[in-house]
Amino acid sequence: MAHIYLPAHLAKFTRGLRNVEACGATLGEVIDNLEIAFPGIRERLVANDRLTPGLAAAVDNVLASGLREAVRDSSEVVFLPALKGGV
Amino acid sequence: MSAKTSGAKIGTYQVIGTRPIRHDGVEKVTGRALYGADLQMAGLLHGRVLRSPHAHARILSIDASAALSMPGVKAVVTTADFPGSGNRVADLGEGTIKVRDLCANVLAGEKALYRGHAIAGVAATTPQVASEALKRIRVEYEVLPPVMDVLEAMKPGAPILQPDLRTEDLGEKGSTPTNVAKHLRFEKGDIAQGFREAERIFEEEFKTSMVHQGYIEPHNGTALWNPGGELTIWTSTQGAFTVRDQVATMLDVPVSRVKVVPMEIGGGFGGKIPVYLEPVAALLSRKTGRPVKLLMDRTEVFEGTGPTPGTVIRVKMGARKDGRITAAQAWLAYEAGAFAGSPVVCGMMCIFAPYDVAHQLIDGYDVLLNKPKTAPYRAPGATSAAFATETVLDQISEWAGIDPMKIRRLNGAKEGTRRVDGLVYPRIGYLETVEAACGHPHWTADIEKLPSPQAHTVSTKAHRANLLHGRGVASGFWFNIGLKSSCMASVNPDGTVCLVEGSTDIGGTRTSVAMQLAEVLGISAEDVKPQVVDTNTVGYTDVTGGSRVTFATGLAAIEAARQIERQMIDRAAALWEVKPGDVEVSRGCYRLRAGGKSLTFKELSGKLSDCGGPVVTQVTVDADKHGVGCGFATHVVDVEVDADTGKVTILRYTATQDVGKAIHPAYVEGQIQGGVAQGIGWALNEEYYYDLQGRMQNSSFLDYRMPTALDLPMIEAVLVEVPNPGHPFGVRGVGEVPIVPPPAAIANAISRAIGTRLRTLPMSPARVLEAILKRSR
Amino acid sequence: MKSHLTFELNGEATETFCEPRQSLLEVLRDELKLTGSKEGCNNGNCGACSVLLDGRVVNSCIVFGLEAQGRKVTTIEGLAEGGTLHPLQQKFLEHAALQCGICTPGFLVAAKALLDVHPHPTEAQARAWLAGNLCRCTGYDKIIRAVLDAAPSASGGK
Repeated sequence: MAHIYLPAHLAKFTRGLRNVEACGATLGEVIDNLEIAFPGIRERLVANDRLTPGLAAAVDNVLASGLREAVRDSSEVVFLPALKGGV
Repeated sequence: MSAKTSGAKIGTYQVIGTRPIRHDGVEKVTGRALYGADLQMAGLLHGRVLRSPHAHARILSIDASAALSMPGVKAVVTTADFPGSGNRVADLGEGTIKVRDLCANVLAGEKALYRGHAIAGVAATTPQVASEALKRIRVEYEVLPPVMDVLEAMKPGAPILQPDLRTEDLGEKGSTPTNVAKHLRFEKGDIAQGFREAERIFEEEFKTSMVHQGYIEPHNGTALWNPGGELTIWTSTQGAFTVRDQVATMLDVPVSRVKVVPMEIGGGFGGKIPVYLEPVAALLSRKTGRPVKLLMDRTEVFEGTGPTPGTVIRVKMGARKDGRITAAQAWLAYEAGAFAGSPVVCGMMCIFAPYDVAHQLIDGYDVLLNKPKTAPYRAPGATSAAFATETVLDQISEWAGIDPMKIRRLNGAKEGTRRVDGLVYPRIGYLETVEAACGHPHWTADIEKLPSPQAHTVSTKAHRANLLHGRGVASGFWFNIGLKSSCMASVNPDGTVCLVEGSTDIGGTRTSVAMQLAEVLGISAEDVKPQVVDTNTVGYTDVTGGSRVTFATGLAAIEAARQIERQMIDRAAALWEVKPGDVEVSRGCYRLRAGGKSLTFKELSGKLSDCGGPVVTQVTVDADKHGVGCGFATHVVDVEVDADTGKVTILRYTATQDVGKAIHPAYVEGQIQGGVAQGIGWALNEEYYYDLQGRMQNSSFLDYRMPTALDLPMIEAVLVEVPNPGHPFGVRGVGEVPIVPPPAAIANAISRAIGTRLRTLPMSPARVLEAILKRSR
Repeated sequence: MKSHLTFELNGEATETFCEPRQSLLEVLRDELKLTGSKEGCNNGNCGACSVLLDGRVVNSCIVFGLEAQGRKVTTIEGLAEGGTLHPLQQKFLEHAALQCGICTPGFLVAAKALLDVHPHPTEAQARAWLAGNLCRCTGYDKIIRAVLDAAPSASGGK
């Protein structure tokens, strides 16, 4: 089971929990399994088969390229806002 | 300048850490380097943009007939010239945006939403005729009341900028018209529990003004849309590919029809990521069939291009007498300008980032008002946030009677600390910056006995009695963004390497990237010939921004060098008629393992035609996969406050920063010194000053007061090197974090000097004097 | 209606035509295609367009082109002589005194004016003389160091 850290505004789908667990070999599978446990959450995380624009996910502290990102059994998955920058 | 090394030293280097002369240096000191405005071409038309005199107005009609009848006037364009339906959406990497909104900032749609909002573009045979033509365009406005204050804009009943905007409140769409585009929240632990653990709770409100990036080069854009449908754009930009993508989206043409040629760029600081003139020039070129060049003047830059938001920030922190912070709560409202998209989310992620606080709650609001659409500015959103947190931390430090350095040691984030956004810090160097500041002679020097580098401020003895002194400390955090970079490299027969890259060079990155390639290949920095090219010539490369180029494009150059080295081993093997495994390489010297034969990189380069032909390689990297570094800084400043006038003089400034590994230390110091100077301007003088009708009153460099050479002392940059484990040489982004601490550090110093706190930026003479007079009453 | 203008530009007799309302900066950039002098503000506040007019530093954006009639103008293009960089140019490179480079031509011209008057300036003198030139990238530290370092060789070499 991967450990998932959800942003505060998604906790309403998880009965207030911000740290949950889900199975899956990829980020996409993890999200699919989250949806089974917490119906409605998927449409906040995924749009058109990609991570919702403006949202990023980190698997074990490294930003994921997309839903096919590999997730290990003990991985930590963090959903957070995507960043831009300016020098 | 001093360099200190903490933590593991990754290796000893021959090129990295040296200070070669930059590759584009001679062109730039002789006036030969070509910036966007310097472009000349046959048949060139000159364009100007008509701008709204009102902060908020409905555009009832635009009549350009009188302008078009003038001799020399070739075309006029308005928002109606943008193609297609207004309801298309696009994802340009920062979330879905309505194409209509993108276009409406470039040429206003139904309403003008800020003074300076572009209304129409004109192309004429000379700039003078174009300027005259602007006066002949008749625009009928219905003037509407503007809303200029972020708190006013949030209230029910405020004038509404965009009637179809609904708040996205923690993911839920609201149902009523509003100026609040977004409400976001971060949470960690249990905030109520955190405050229960506190012995004292501090709660303060801070206000900062809208400020501009202030690059010296105004925006420019030249376009030629040829009859075959191929559009070429020449512009000074932080990212040629983002210009291509934005322009293609607005004009509804495939990206392959748009080629963007990046000219030299005269400063950006985030403000040259959005496009303003390029689509207008393109539309004018399509109408006229000729190349069209558009330039802004300084007032247009201030009124019509991306400043960074003014903010209202409330910070509530609980602390114990032993100095531990038990809870940290923040409420941030950021001015987005006329369209959604302030950097409030970055402000939220940064506001408590240097500290390990178990219980946090952060709410942020993205708020529209009748000011220019904000754009990124060096560590977007972080400086205002740090101004709030670092001031409250200083209050805690005074209350607890604990030294400002010690309180940072007690609470500072380190490897393993979980950020409020959920990520866990890898190896970071925050505490090392605190130690470096603490150990610096500045920290222990007697402030009164300092020889003032600004001796001209001191006059009579009586005057001197009214000069108050204070020392302040503040820290700051900023990300190091990864994203994508590409490059190509080819070996010349004389042993030099051409490096072709897509990262526009604003501050010496041709050199800092080339040095990494040189280090791997064992050649000199001078033997690399870096070149920044157009979007048809190199693979996709993200913007020069987010402190990313030396890190991310550097990763691409390192990989290119490794591939070249592998090919060179193969060539040496072919030459010597052995297996590649029989060849070894060290610092650019290729040897037969068995001994007897060796060639330097240069010698082998000269023989390539005999053993397989040219060596060429191309690389693209997703730098996010390599583990981006995080940047921390701790600054110490001494100020002198003239109690008669409220004027603040910076006497001494020391900035310590974890830079990971300084590739070219002089340019790293330069980034720090420049960021500090901008932070000092933000702290003391800079602000958008509006009248009641929403008209900016100080839209010139005379009245928008940026620091001059006379306003600043030397700025000492202390490079702390805690290598980033995600980069082969340990590089971290360095460009942005130096602007984060200065306003807070100066505010803390002023507080120590005058005995009362200022919580509004800028801390102009009038505000400082008011604080002094209030205190003495 | 254009007027005839003759003046000495970087040591060479030069003639051109310009409109009376054109600034010296516009004449240099648009008519003579010398684009080394930059426009940052067009109202005399940033110094990016600094040139020497009869040896004195002026903001060429607020001087009419026709005011140069019969006078000597030195621009950034005239600083290096005979293929050799001026010592100020060399020191700017060595000290990394430029980042984006847009203000650099103006600083070099203004610094030359300073060294022509004060061959060995103090830091305070250098800061005062260069206060009319804005740089947004460097914080001035390395610029001031470069100018101070250029002083002995600049005066010795010229």
